[in-house]
Amino acid sequence: MESVLSPAASVETRPRKKRIQAWKWAPYLFISPFLIIFCVFGIFPLVFSATLSFAQWDPAAGFGAIKWIHFDNYKFVLTDSWFWKSLGNTVYIAIASGLPQHLVAIPFAAFLSTVIRGRNAVLGAYFMPFITSSVAIALIFSSLFSKDFGAINAILMWLHNVPGIGIIFPDHKIDWLLDTSLVKPTVSFVVFWRYVGWNTVLYLAAMQTIPEDLYEAATLDGAGTFRKFWHITLPMIRPMMFFAVSLTLINNLQLFEEPFILLGDNGGIGQAGMTTAMYMYRTAFYFSDFGTACAISWVMFIVIAVLSYGNHKLFALAGGKEE
Amino acid sequence: MNKVVRLAVMGALLAAAVPALSATPVTLTVASFPDLDRDIKVAIPLYKKIHPEVEIKLVSRERVDHVNAVTTQLASGTGLPDLVGLEIGFVGRFVASGGLEDLSKAPYNVGQYQSQVTGYSWAQAKGPNGDQYAIPVDIGPGTMFYRKDLMDKAGVSEADLNKSWESYLAAGKKVKAATGAYLVASPVDIKDIYIRSNLKNGEGIYFDKSGKVIVAGNPRFENAFKLAKEAQDAGIAGNIKQWTNDWAAGFQHDQIATQPIGAWLNGHLAHWLAPDEGGKWRATNLPQGAYASWGGSFYAIPAKSTHKTEAYEFLKFLTLNREQQLATFKEMDAFPSLKSAQDDPIMSEPLPYLGGQKAREMWREAAKHIPEIPINKNDGVAEDIINDQLDQVVHQNKDIKAALADAQADIERRARR
Repeated sequence: MESVLSPAASVETRPRKKRIQAWKWAPYLFISPFLIIFCVFGIFPLVFSATLSFAQWDPAAGFGAIKWIHFDNYKFVLTDSWFWKSLGNTVYIAIASGLPQHLVAIPFAAFLSTVIRGRNAVLGAYFMPFITSSVAIALIFSSLFSKDFGAINAILMWLHNVPGIGIIFPDHKIDWLLDTSLVKPTVSFVVFWRYVGWNTVLYLAAMQTIPEDLYEAATLDGAGTFRKFWHITLPMIRPMMFFAVSLTLINNLQLFEEPFILLGDNGGIGQAGMTTAMYMYRTAFYFSDFGTACAISWVMFIVIAVLSYGNHKLFALAGGKEE
Repeated sequence: MNKVVRLAVMGALLAAAVPALSATPVTLTVASFPDLDRDIKVAIPLYKKIHPEVEIKLVSRERVDHVNAVTTQLASGTGLPDLVGLEIGFVGRFVASGGLEDLSKAPYNVGQYQSQVTGYSWAQAKGPNGDQYAIPVDIGPGTMFYRKDLMDKAGVSEADLNKSWESYLAAGKKVKAATGAYLVASPVDIKDIYIRSNLKNGEGIYFDKSGKVIVAGNPRFENAFKLAKEAQDAGIAGNIKQWTNDWAAGFQHDQIATQPIGAWLNGHLAHWLAPDEGGKWRATNLPQGAYASWGGSFYAIPAKSTHKTEAYEFLKFLTLNREQQLATFKEMDAFPSLKSAQDDPIMSEPLPYLGGQKAREMWREAAKHIPEIPINKNDGVAEDIINDQLDQVVHQNKDIKAALADAQADIERRARR
């Protein structure tokens, strides 16, 4: 029996064995384009920047000029007044632009979810800034905010001369982008304006998944609009809030384009609007100090990671209380 | 399969053989940025007449992109152009890097041409070891542009503007009262020209020859800060940064009465900053007999260029050929670094934008007085730190001595790296 079966078995398994091998490596072949690109543009820069953060390197001098200096870059960054100033600016702008984004977007989305007619047009208008090039936005705002030639000051001056209400408007032109005390609020406003539509879309999408019968039941129990919003809408959109707040947190802490174009490469007078990302860029490309720039980026990564974790805990805590 | 391979190999061999047989045409890649790239555009047809076998490919990027691209290319040692345009603000960093070809050694021995070129600008392209890594292609003698019509209205004479810094500021108050225009766009402009003024040969702006920071307790910086603060407090300095929309608008709307800067601003004013204000501007020497260098551009050969010999020939053409230097001057007001080009009759031509003034003769004279200022690779860092401290002095009333001491410590801290 065995002698009869074995040759047949061997004949059968040999081609199958080959086919199995092809199945083994074929998937790797198919995902290799992604893996190669991910390694070249994802993993390599990550590892390279982590490595460089322990080195001193002027790139114009070539790879041979890399000098290992242990933790010196981190020591430099953590004792650097410009770094702390930039971190302060970043956190200020992140909060001043981020908090209002959500405080406006949630009620606004709740309002939009109750209207049907013209909702998409309004939503589209609010979403517009998000998909517009940030360079175009910053250029438009820099001409709007211009002290002597900007539209905003022109309108304020005109309003000042309106009898009756004129007193509440300033009597001089405001230096939006050069007055150190106004730089951060101005930049925050532009960032707020840009992302509020995006958050509205996120919240509106979440609100549309809330089952209608919850509201009907609440109405039968005699709940008003505000109570329904507070006790149904808000708890139901909590997962989306977590997602949207996390995105805002991460994006705002990496803020670069808007202040860079509005204020110039050094962050305006007194570096009042220099964010950490701008400082990192300046350290690398103006000061030719790539090692320190990498260290800044890793310190920033840790800050963002810690804050994101805190955000996660906060939402989990809020969730636990309510359930 | 074999046939295809064989054909491909043959094709490659043929492609390699054909140029070798003809008069070895070479393609030189030149990397530059606006406005400096215009001199390459001027040079291409002229050079074609002398060297028809050389094809010149210009790669032009925006100023900062250009620096980043060259930095990346030097870092990786690949994709390098054969010739790189460098602006004064970046030349120090690159000549110190070791990524550029040393032109003082054989086969170049560029030192033999030194006497033909404006001295101070030649010195700026030397590396920390004293070797020559780049050659100047244009220079920027510092000057003061002013609005004749606004001065007349305020009853201010040219002598009031440049007799002394005090009379300059006093004139500014009159101008502000009579016309509403700022004397200068920004207090930074006063500081910038003052710290570049009347340096001794061999003394840098922020660092001395040995690389020591010379900011704290230096009367050059103390006076510069004092004058800038005075101008701000008197309301005669705006807060307008150079190269912004507001700067151009300030020129166009009669908001800026004077601008101390490099002589090359004439071209920018006439071409795009304020083309409609032609005839209203004049130029004069800086206050208190000061001479300063403001700007200037260079070309250099990367050490890993593959056509060094041809690149060097073209580099010599750009920087040492009288015809080319004058052609560039006519095209873009880039003041020639070559001395023989400075003797051309074109220097005595009246300038229509400056109301027919023969300002170039004055600038040529100024260029002769400018001392040799060694540049340092950390000049950019130092400038940033000084500007930050000046902001605090001007806008937040920080004590000048304390500000300069802080600046000194900050520059030393960063420059050590």
